[in-house]
Amino acid sequence: MEKSPAHKKIDEKFPDAVLDAHAQHGDETLIIRKDAILDVAQLLKEDPELQFNFLMDLTAVDYIGRQPRFEIVYIFVSIPNSTRLRVKLQSDDLYPTVKSLTPLWETANFLERECYDLYGIRFDGHPNLTRIMLYEGFEGHPLRKDYPKKKRQPLIGPGAKSSHKH
Amino acid sequence: METKTKTPPEEQFFFTTDEPEFKTKEMLLNMGPSHPAMHGIVKIAVKLQGELVMDADIEIGYLHRAMEKTCEDCTWNQATIYTDRLNYVSPIINNVGYVMAVEKLLGIEIPPRGQYLRTILSELSRIADHMTCIGAAAMEMGAMTVFLYAMKGREFLYELFEDYCGARVTTNATRVGGMPADLPDGWIDKMHRALKEERKIIKEIDGLLTCNRIFYDRIKGVGVMKADDAISYGFTGPCLRAAGVEYDVRKNFPYLVYDQADWSIVVGTEGDNFDRYLVRMEEMEQSARICEQLVKKIPDGPHSVSDKHIMLPDKENTYGNIEGLMNHFKLIMHGHGIRVPSGEAYQAVEGGNGELGFYVVSHPIEGEEEDGCASRPWRVRVRPPCLHLVAGIPHMIKGDMVADVIPSFGSINMIGGELDR
Amino acid sequence: MEFLKNPSQPGPPEDGQIITTRFDKVLGWARKYSQFVYPFVTACCGMEYMSVASSHYDLDRFGTAFPRFSPRQSDVIWVVGTISHKLAPLLKRIYDQMTEPKWVIAIGACASCGGPYDNYATVQGIGTIIPVDIYVAGCPPRPEAIIEGVVKLQKMILESKQMWKVGAP
Repeated sequence: MEKSPAHKKIDEKFPDAVLDAHAQHGDETLIIRKDAILDVAQLLKEDPELQFNFLMDLTAVDYIGRQPRFEIVYIFVSIPNSTRLRVKLQSDDLYPTVKSLTPLWETANFLERECYDLYGIRFDGHPNLTRIMLYEGFEGHPLRKDYPKKKRQPLIGPGAKSSHKH
Repeated sequence: METKTKTPPEEQFFFTTDEPEFKTKEMLLNMGPSHPAMHGIVKIAVKLQGELVMDADIEIGYLHRAMEKTCEDCTWNQATIYTDRLNYVSPIINNVGYVMAVEKLLGIEIPPRGQYLRTILSELSRIADHMTCIGAAAMEMGAMTVFLYAMKGREFLYELFEDYCGARVTTNATRVGGMPADLPDGWIDKMHRALKEERKIIKEIDGLLTCNRIFYDRIKGVGVMKADDAISYGFTGPCLRAAGVEYDVRKNFPYLVYDQADWSIVVGTEGDNFDRYLVRMEEMEQSARICEQLVKKIPDGPHSVSDKHIMLPDKENTYGNIEGLMNHFKLIMHGHGIRVPSGEAYQAVEGGNGELGFYVVSHPIEGEEEDGCASRPWRVRVRPPCLHLVAGIPHMIKGDMVADVIPSFGSINMIGGELDR
Repeated sequence: MEFLKNPSQPGPPEDGQIITTRFDKVLGWARKYSQFVYPFVTACCGMEYMSVASSHYDLDRFGTAFPRFSPRQSDVIWVVGTISHKLAPLLKRIYDQMTEPKWVIAIGACASCGGPYDNYATVQGIGTIIPVDIYVAGCPPRPEAIIEGVVKLQKMILESKQMWKVGAP
């Protein structure tokens, strides 16, 4: 398969960063080394040809029972070129740590907080990595596959721990 | 008119005296979670110096209802009902986005008639969305009449949705592989009548607000989000276009049959509340144009794929013969259903508030599904436009007056269901 | 006092005539037409709340359209939409701040029983947190269903024992 322009550019600058690439269903996807994300994102953003100036989405997927277990997915969009690029990181740590993209995009702030809240992925360099959807005192990260769907941790009402303060 | 530059707060004080009794202390004010102008539930903590907003922090998550987790327990078609409840002002757009992502995974394309129906219904939803946003935002500034007019306008659209799918708000108007039904008789005439009414109401709202001195002065130059900041904050939709960036998923990444109609992207210049209002007003007109053009071109033929592994059989077959009954059974029973090959797909549609993306992953459950296909989603990620817009609120309101928080917040049209999922 | 119980009966007596009734009834009759609503609107049902509150369905006909956004000034709290566990303490607090007599309407499946959301984040019906008087079914309920809920509450107010003594519970 021929390499895409983004793939070529990254290969030129960071030769060992891209681990794999595919274009399943027409979505161009690169799997890159986990510690290279900040550099690669900066390259994608600042390269005058690629111009991936928009961080569209950031999320994670928990493939429990598979090696590696976690995938962190970034979707970049280039508004001038009308192209979309999906970049994935893989990690088998129980609590993966990746570099934060907050220096490059403001929107990474909320997206990373959400990813931390629901998946327990740590973002190194994030200014305020706290829970966003759930509340202080919630134990566990609910979107992980090993968190039971109906495991409730109410603050008040039936089943509430009496130690909570309101 | 010049837009307001954000001067340091000390220079913005209206009194010049240095008398110590005129100095105010910084005050922290919580707006929300339950506040008349917080659509749904969100908390803005503002730090005030007099009436000036020095700093703001926003807390979300009060409507987190685990939509993404719940979808993992549903079959592919069952998950559609949860997408209704994302942006509940324009639910059909959400339905369309989700089923298109699943269809991308399946590698199928629905027949043209189905695509036309989806496009028309999406655009009608967009009118309802913008109308609700403008009405609610105007009401919060005191223009109750506009709200009542907008609600009247929305009723005409709700009647159309109800005629098509039986529900006013939570429509569930798509299926993986097509549409649940064809248009009912007389629907197109009714749509024309409804659009005529919409135009009348848009004109009335326009007359009440656009050149209204009070309204103009209240929102012009307030809540400014410049293009660079808007891109950095991930703004999409009307809020990004109001800042002058020409980005619309319908044009940049065309889907369905938007290329069959003649319409244009609406772009503002300043990125303030007034531009956001104008963009929304003009987008309603553009959506109405799209509907009117496409409705003339709807081709004949089926509205759904004929693949028996994907679409339910017709009712007469289900009740009338054993093949239809078995087909129905195989698609509905636990552990059967639509089999989607493993993989991942991202499909974005232009929602009411911006790019609404669905990142859907199909991954077979180990030990249960050996054919490499899955009968339920492994992961449904929604890229919510609202989350990014709400994240930008502190930037928009910093340096403004406390009373400007309400129009700024109203202009981004926060929808709780989509924000917190 | 037949006309209070049954509006179809002939109207009030003419000058000089006397009617006798129980004070509770008169108070209930007055109260049922002047409900100040606290709309605790969180989610999708809010769309139907907006419809029902505006001119098309016109809730003003039932004397209950005036929203008060201060719990201290309201008689009825309408819980419209899903209540998550993060939000539950706030709902309880708002309910506690309302002055007696107070009523609660749970509008929609989520507020009534959790609706389609049976998971870690949502409260399975606000009945587990605060006492509810009227449940309105539907996801979301149609405006007609909400109006029926309001009328049911009016009937309930009319027929209940009224609190009116100062300081009495």
